[in-house]
Amino acid sequence: MSVAVVNAGPRRGWKSVSTWIGAIIVGIAVLCAILAPALVPHDPFAQDLDKRLLVPFWMEGTDPAYILGTDQLGRDYLSRLIYGCRISILIGVTVTVVSGLIGITIGVLGGFLGGRVDDAVLFAITTRLSIPVVLVALAVVGLLGSSMTLLVLTLGLLLWDRFAVVARSTTMQVRNLDFVAAAWCAGCSRFRILSREVLPNIASHLVVVATLEIALAILLEAALSFLGLGVPPPLPSWGLMIAEGKDYMFFSPWVIVIPGVALFVLVLGINLLGDGLRDLFGTHRTDT
Amino acid sequence: MFNFLIRRLVVAVLVAATVMTLAFILTRLSGDLATSIAGPNATQADIEAIRQAYGLDRPVLAQFFDWVGRALTGDLGESYFFKARVSTLIAERMPITLTLGLTGLVIALVVSLPLGILAAVRENTGLDRVVQMVALFGQAMPSFWLGLILMITLGLNLGWLPISGTGSWQHFVMPGIVLAFSAIPALTRLTRAGMIQAMGSDYIRTARAKGLSRASILLKHALRNAAIPVVAIAAVQLGFMLGGSIVIEQVFALHGVGFLAWESIGKNDFPVVQAVVLVLAVIYVALTMVADLMNAVLDPRLRGP
Amino acid sequence: MSALLDVEGLEVGFGSRTSAVRGTSLTVERGETHCLVGESGCGKSVTALAVMNLLARGGHRTARRMTFQGKDLLKLNDGGMAKLRGNAMAMIFQEPMTSLNPAYTVGSQMTEVLRRHKGASQRAATDRAADLLARVGITAPGLRLGQFPHQLSGGLRQRVMIAMALMCDPQLLIADEPTTALDVTVQAQILRLLAELQRDLGLGMLLITHDLGIVARVATRVSVMYAGEVVESAATAQLFADPRHPYTKGLLRCVPVPGKQRQDEPLGSIPGTVPRIGPGFAGCAFRERCDFADETCAHIIPRHAASPGHDYLCRLPA
Ligand SMILES: Nc1ncnc2c1ncn2[C@@H]1O[C@H](COP(=O)(O)OP(=O)(O)O)[C@@H](O)[C@H]1O
Ligand code: SF4
Ligand SMILES: [Mg+2]
Repeated sequence: MSVAVVNAGPRRGWKSVSTWIGAIIVGIAVLCAILAPALVPHDPFAQDLDKRLLVPFWMEGTDPAYILGTDQLGRDYLSRLIYGCRISILIGVTVTVVSGLIGITIGVLGGFLGGRVDDAVLFAITTRLSIPVVLVALAVVGLLGSSMTLLVLTLGLLLWDRFAVVARSTTMQVRNLDFVAAAWCAGCSRFRILSREVLPNIASHLVVVATLEIALAILLEAALSFLGLGVPPPLPSWGLMIAEGKDYMFFSPWVIVIPGVALFVLVLGINLLGDGLRDLFGTHRTDT
Repeated sequence: MFNFLIRRLVVAVLVAATVMTLAFILTRLSGDLATSIAGPNATQADIEAIRQAYGLDRPVLAQFFDWVGRALTGDLGESYFFKARVSTLIAERMPITLTLGLTGLVIALVVSLPLGILAAVRENTGLDRVVQMVALFGQAMPSFWLGLILMITLGLNLGWLPISGTGSWQHFVMPGIVLAFSAIPALTRLTRAGMIQAMGSDYIRTARAKGLSRASILLKHALRNAAIPVVAIAAVQLGFMLGGSIVIEQVFALHGVGFLAWESIGKNDFPVVQAVVLVLAVIYVALTMVADLMNAVLDPRLRGP
Repeated sequence: MSALLDVEGLEVGFGSRTSAVRGTSLTVERGETHCLVGESGCGKSVTALAVMNLLARGGHRTARRMTFQGKDLLKLNDGGMAKLRGNAMAMIFQEPMTSLNPAYTVGSQMTEVLRRHKGASQRAATDRAADLLARVGITAPGLRLGQFPHQLSGGLRQRVMIAMALMCDPQLLIADEPTTALDVTVQAQILRLLAELQRDLGLGMLLITHDLGIVARVATRVSVMYAGEVVESAATAQLFADPRHPYTKGLLRCVPVPGKQRQDEPLGSIPGTVPRIGPGFAGCAFRERCDFADETCAHIIPRHAASPGHDYLCRLPA
């Protein structure tokens, strides 16, 4: 009864398809982010009050110069969408770099040193989890004024918990492995053991966490921008586009459908890719 | 078990104290509070008056200990904007947020448990994949956007549910669904994983060897064990939902605690902001302890020999 | 009258890769103990689970014949099989520590069997459970009924499993290495208990073990399995006195004094390992390790009868 039925054939096939879909979505998004200035058909900030709320291509009475229509100020929606992608990716990645640095440092220290340090790390994680992220982020931005840098730092300071949890537990596992024990005996310095033995061995777990965190940061940025306390206008954040379109959504639903679908697809793509990486590295879920 | 609870309680108190400190620091981040409260058109005299009135001219540490001392007696201070006691404000708004959170949790459980069980029973089939897709979709869904889409579809086009406000229980259905979306992926995955593990266990083989009905095997013997981690996470998820309800309260114009916090942030009403942060953190910590207790109820092994 | 359990030509595969059981036949008569022996991994558990239709997912069974009390088990659907299991045929397992549900009390797990199969009231079921706990040598049964599995030792849990299996007065009891996971002293007690219950209740018992000492003491009949096949089957005395299959002979050589074999010693210190058997395998699976092997052993092997009721699977003539 202890022998598991190995029946991974069809699943693996399906998994690889979903991973590829994720990779393609992420690839396109990254390209859009990098090449945004070259890709956009119009200036995403140029208003044209004669061309307000033009409809996108699948509706009647569309203007072929504006494939996805225009917003309430007559700005080209496709161009804003592409620039919005740039903002999402930029924020997702930078937030994750900040939170990753914090979380990995804390987690590795706790897992590697154990004892009192680890107790402190666990306490920090518990405390962090009890803090309502959205509320605190809103409060910081609300009190200090909205700017991209502030937003990134705030989210980075708030989202390190999963990095810390995973880094801590994987470091503990790795620390107990033989080759690390051997390195101890050979008289290596602690720093050397950390950088040469521990970090390379927990890297794959951290990459998986990073994908999840990028997705989460993108969603949070959108939510904060939607509430008016994220990316400052007139920057075309997708969350902000949805907020600005909200007043028109009952008559022109596509103004919120387009950026919302873009946000959903991008986050889904990142998660699909992360799931695929998780299977590839053989690591376990950490997000439940 | 008793020692464990005591230890948890000590940690909970320490966490609350830390959050209190952080919340205090947070609200002092903007520098001179009196200036921001007074607004851009205030004269220097106005600002001075405010500083005196709110005790902001005292040393920061004195302000801090004053706040902590009062908070311990349940006095969370006075709102600058609403000109009311913060504790009263929060108490007035809390029922809405709690109703919303519990509605979300119930919807999430009603969806996740059957989905997770179904996926586990049909592991590695198309159905399993569909369920996992649902979980992935839920994870990628921006909640505020889903709220707006539901308003357009269920509210405007179909007219099934009221679009915003708190007049009746129907008002809580849409926001509840939206809030549930954030918890459904984790709960579904956990249920699925727990059921798969349980179904492969020796005691399920025993249950089958006893000739029990399929329903009894699945729902009595397997689910009971699979539910142990799910229940614990559900309590924690409720904490996250209450913390995250600020966005949804804003979308659906539900005047709960989140909405209060959002208004107060806009008005630089920092006593309210720091109090809401503290209250939500304390609720979260309390819920994690509830989760531990529920675990002990469900898992006899935790109750000791 | 037909045998209590009659299995002929049982084949079990997992996926398309392994053939865990290849054409096994065995019978269990009313009131007899049939021992199934063989080294670990030879397919004993899979055989028992196939009879109970409890194979893990991915396992599928076929057989020329499989009857219990004359009923064709192959024709029964899941529901029909569930009516027999725990009722007329019961099974106990090797792992007492994990075979009981940690979330329910001993009493709850015992009574549900009787309530399900006999429609007994909770009260009647509890009384029966308490009686049986006492019968399997558990003191203070009333107290034990209210306890959870984690509060009991491994030996107690196995006694509970045995009592639970007896709740509905089964005709057939399948015991899959019921003592392997226990302490040596407890092993002897549990074994004595099983032998006693078998005799007193007139049970047909299929006892799986890899301990030939046990076999010598309790078995009416023995079947020796090797790589998914029964290679020799005989009445116990016959088998010990006149083993025919080279594998059986090897096994017996490893038991200097029946009953005195060290309990944890693996059965058969015969050199070599069991080959991995796929669906297309032909010839004798033992030939890599057999002293008598020649080229004919790679072809179809006949089953010889040494005497009535004693047959073996080997090219060597009777
Ligand atoms: N669930 C399963 N999936 C795949 N193979 C299995 C499974 N259960 C048993 N087997 C295979 O069947 C063979 C016989 O196993 P088993 O009957 O448990 O041996 P034993 O004689 O020790 O009880 C083993 O080679 C094992 O690998
Ligand atoms: S058939 Fe051949 S190899 Fe197999 S047991 Fe007999 S003699 Fe040995
Ligand atoms: Mg076995």
